[in-house]
Amino acid sequence: MAMTNEHEALTDPASVAIHDGDARDFFALLKPRVMSLVVFTALVGLLMAPGQIHPVIGFLAILAIAVGGGASGALNMWYDADIDQMMGRTAKRPIPAGRISAETTLAFGLFLSVFSVATLGLMVNWLSAGLLAFTIFFYAVVYTMWLKRLTPQNIVIGGAAGAFPPIIGWACVTNSISLESIALFAIIFLWTPAHFWALALFKSEDYGRAGVPMLPNVAGERTTKNQIVLYAVLTALSGIVPSIMGFAGLVYGAIAAVLGAGFIWYSIQVWRMPDGDKKMIPAKKLFGYSLLYLFAIFTALLVDALVTKYFGLVA
Amino acid sequence: MEKVELTEQQKKARRSRSVALGIALAVLAVLFYVVTIIKIGPGIFDRAM
Repeated sequence: MAMTNEHEALTDPASVAIHDGDARDFFALLKPRVMSLVVFTALVGLLMAPGQIHPVIGFLAILAIAVGGGASGALNMWYDADIDQMMGRTAKRPIPAGRISAETTLAFGLFLSVFSVATLGLMVNWLSAGLLAFTIFFYAVVYTMWLKRLTPQNIVIGGAAGAFPPIIGWACVTNSISLESIALFAIIFLWTPAHFWALALFKSEDYGRAGVPMLPNVAGERTTKNQIVLYAVLTALSGIVPSIMGFAGLVYGAIAAVLGAGFIWYSIQVWRMPDGDKKMIPAKKLFGYSLLYLFAIFTALLVDALVTKYFGLVA
Repeated sequence: MEKVELTEQQKKARRSRSVALGIALAVLAVLFYVVTIIKIGPGIFDRAM
């Protein structure tokens, strides 16, 4: 391949893709909003775990987990580019918008997957690296390639991928999986269905157009609303488990109970929403509250852990 | 030989990607150096010659 100094001369121009995408587009492939949740929940797992980790190693661990989570997002965008272009929420992503090619996204996602897992293994421990590799596999293959287009239970099972980060953060410190880290996993795992089905209710036309079998499209609004209330109750209960198990204090338990009651209240508002409602305001409110809920629960866990661990106080 | 002339937007995007890649590599080099020192510590000098 002949090149000028500016790498602009090519023997076969048609054979080489020239990107319009800049660094921000590549960053968008990592799903930064999902990544922020991954970073935060992994950090809470890491700080709550019994034991010590050097701050720089801890920072590197969180960075590797973030990049691994981002890599799975890129692989998801590579595989889902065909349906992303049909949905308003995703049509502006870099591949459907034509700014980055699907092949480049695949290479980017695979490279970052291998790099993040290898970094975590070599610099922290191989249990956390193995868990990160499994999380990427679960999200990219089990959820994206298999479940998403197959079953309305897609996000129930696929939600496990988003729930793994606190277990990985915990394993970075202890080199083990414990009941406590599984309790943190359970909060996110049980939270995911109500969160996504609230979105699926007011975006059901989008999902229907793309042929994704979300619960409202397959089983109808009534069934979805019943399931939302069920999972909201399970989420609220799982939120107080850390306090019952004794690895979070009573103040945390009280905060989790109030937040959980709010989650159930918003889910009941959705349940009471008439079928066929066009504005779906209760569903939008539940979606917004669910994000606040998860952030608040993990912030409360973080504060509880820091107060207990670093100041020796029992809340 | 046929040449590909990049548009101004493509040149700008390429510059943006290059800068981001450069920063990422520099940060990683520093980070890996620091982690190596932390993990090996003074033992980094304790090796067979």
